[in-house]
Amino acid sequence: MEYSKLIEELKLKFEKQIVSVEEGADVPTLTVASDVIKAVIDFLKNKQNFIFLTDLCGIHYPEQEKELGVIYHLHNLVENKRIRLKTFVTKENPQIDSIVSLFSGANWMERETFDFYGIIFVGHPNLIRILNVEYMDYYPMRKEYPLEDATRSDKDDRFFGR
Amino acid sequence: MDTKDKTYTVVDAPEGYAGQGFFATTLDKAVGLARKNSLWPLPFATSCCGIEFMATMGAHYDLGRFGAERLSFSPRQADLLMVMGTIAKKMAPVVQQIYEQMAEPRWVIAVGACASSGGIFDTYSVLQGIDKVVPVDVYVPGCPPRPEQIIDGFMKIQELVGNEPLRRRYSPEYKEMLESYGIKIDK
Repeated sequence: MEYSKLIEELKLKFEKQIVSVEEGADVPTLTVASDVIKAVIDFLKNKQNFIFLTDLCGIHYPEQEKELGVIYHLHNLVENKRIRLKTFVTKENPQIDSIVSLFSGANWMERETFDFYGIIFVGHPNLIRILNVEYMDYYPMRKEYPLEDATRSDKDDRFFGR
Repeated sequence: MDTKDKTYTVVDAPEGYAGQGFFATTLDKAVGLARKNSLWPLPFATSCCGIEFMATMGAHYDLGRFGAERLSFSPRQADLLMVMGTIAKKMAPVVQQIYEQMAEPRWVIAVGACASSGGIFDTYSVLQGIDKVVPVDVYVPGCPPRPEQIIDGFMKIQELVGNEPLRRRYSPEYKEMLESYGIKIDK
């Protein structure tokens, strides 16, 4: 595999903190502990030429012990290689180091992830809601709400055949 | 066809007394007649209902036939706020501010399912009907409504405008109603 050398190096450096490695059909997916995610991204950017942050987003798996996750997609523009990183935290303490100091483009993506999942990016310069209304007091993309607004008063089930 | 004999009626005269060289009616009715046949709408179009409104303003349906060809793109000169389309919760204060900027008397028409009730967007980011932030006079159902329906809604507004007592906007009930929406009252 073209990625085997990279994964060996990562394993050597972050041996204990790498939870799992999946080498699927497309790009390798590494799940790492949340306390080293910034160090892993720093290593990939500065030592392995993964200089482009394609995407950063949140995810919620209610059935997991560590429910909330952040997924990073990095792109090595020199060798045209990609890698996917995942890290998970508990809902009680959803703190992950911000990578804004590494990638400025992560600024708004981390704000969006905070806005929808309530994941706190430690060290982010301006961690406030970006898309939703400021007074919203919950995180709408968490899988803990009914699909429809339960407080609605204007939509009577009878009129919708329910 | 000989056009000489054809009589044109622009609008029907209100109830009143007609005699040789005079016509008497109430001030309410005279003002209502003038207002309802020269409404200046402010289109607040955010989605597909706005496209239907473009057709409504076009030559085929021609809202100008009802005295509303002068669209006002400033709320200061508008009489009728036409909200057409989905209003996100972030847009709600904007709708309310525009309503506040309109001078009395002012009317509001909610065109389409989204403006009326949130429509299919029963979700955290969408306002479930503009009547959560501004008082609405006429609701036009449809997703989106056809131009005929928009015109029907507009004619309902005309009916309201034509029959409105001049004192209505000064009544304590009206002020109370505005206050219930948190809308600043014109002094």
